[in-house]
Amino acid sequence: MTTVINLPPSLDERTFETVLEQLAPIPIDEKVLLDGRHTRWASPYGLIALLTVAQSRAEKPALYAPEAEETGSYWARTGFFKFAEDLFEIHGTVHRARTSGESDVLLEITPVAKSEDVHEVVSRIQQKSAAILVKELNIDAKATMGFAMTLSEACQNIVEHAGRGGWVAVQTYRWQKRLGRRVVVIAVCDAGVGFRQSLESAQGRRMSDRWDDGMALEEAVIRGVSRFRDPGRGQGLAGVRRYIGRWDGKLSVRSGTARIAIVPSWDEDVPLEEKLPPFPGAQMQITIPERITDR
Amino acid sequence: MINHIDLGTVLRRTVCDLYSDLVTRPTGAAVRDGIEKQLSELGDRSLTVIDFSHVGLLDYSCADEIVAKLLMRYAADSAPRDAYFLFRGVSDSHLDAIETVLERHGLAIVAQADDGSVVLVGTVDDPARRAWEAMNRLGRAMAVDLARETGIAPEAAELVLGALCRRRLAIQLEDGYVVVGAVT
Repeated sequence: MTTVINLPPSLDERTFETVLEQLAPIPIDEKVLLDGRHTRWASPYGLIALLTVAQSRAEKPALYAPEAEETGSYWARTGFFKFAEDLFEIHGTVHRARTSGESDVLLEITPVAKSEDVHEVVSRIQQKSAAILVKELNIDAKATMGFAMTLSEACQNIVEHAGRGGWVAVQTYRWQKRLGRRVVVIAVCDAGVGFRQSLESAQGRRMSDRWDDGMALEEAVIRGVSRFRDPGRGQGLAGVRRYIGRWDGKLSVRSGTARIAIVPSWDEDVPLEEKLPPFPGAQMQITIPERITDR
Repeated sequence: MINHIDLGTVLRRTVCDLYSDLVTRPTGAAVRDGIEKQLSELGDRSLTVIDFSHVGLLDYSCADEIVAKLLMRYAADSAPRDAYFLFRGVSDSHLDAIETVLERHGLAIVAQADDGSVVLVGTVDDPARRAWEAMNRLGRAMAVDLARETGIAPEAAELVLGALCRRRLAIQLEDGYVVVGAVT
């Protein structure tokens, strides 16, 4: 039996929850078909989260590609189908990537599994990001190294903790809701062990009575706790938080049944959500908005 | 003995000859191993200039592995040799990562600017910082000189100097103390 999971028209970090709600009751060895025929837009998080859904299934899922040529060719341009072809049975037309003068894809969807992958990602992003961050988003040139550092540290969480490979993608787009400005978004997703299990693996760790995915996220993201005893650990996410604080950005991390967010004034999100549909691994999004200077 | 280590060269030799960024913990650990190998070929007492000039990005993981762990090893009682470190070619973005890891561990380093001047970076309490800065102004100093310069008691100045040496921020010579970087 194949269960159809409907992808929303606009697939982003928030609307992806509707996909996980539909997916949660279905055993992982049952076939699912993700119907993206009517999806018109996907954020980098939406696209790589789709890949992690496939990664999380024991039975290879099917995917109906978007019907709209513009949407399909955009997904192709991000590199999505390069990986989706192996992870999904693809149905419908897989549109070709149209070459475009647009520069909104700073980093195509890239697999991350080992240290060398992080080097590759950082090297590629630095070539493109300086021009786009400074010229198009009006972000201070000083921010560009920090941006690459943030990307490096976000990717390293996969290498150091996930137990399996994941993906990263970086893109700019217009954040319509409330902000009305362009943003640059880093999305890093894996379907690995997740924060709770990672912290549980720390030797000698005592769990409080209230120990769950939400607590694990608070410990790691807010308090910088790591599964490693080395006191130098846990600085990566702290560094990410400092960077987004400096540039009025947003950080959200979903793991298991919880999601934590550092929410800036321009957004209406909640700092912690629990009892979400369970999903393995960790899915992170970092959003840096365009700077508006007084004229 | 003064030794010079170009981190960009160590990175390319020990990890990959295409890399110019110090990112990821395994890379940092490999580079630190490379540094330690070079140190093992030096005498018992050495000053090593660690040069970041040819390093692009430095992330927190590498800063922790290279700077923090190196300092912790050589500031420990069990340090294998009497090694001192001066950090050169440190950009603002390198400094961001370095200061963060130093603060995490309560460490400090001496960094040299392009004009040759040296500064303390990291966690140093006020009396120690004043003593270090006074020593930097004076050039070579004994405890009594620092006591006069800073207004702290000579006995306290001795203790502060001893602590600065243990932290690899100052060097005790036959005829006084100097800050790391006074002679390069």
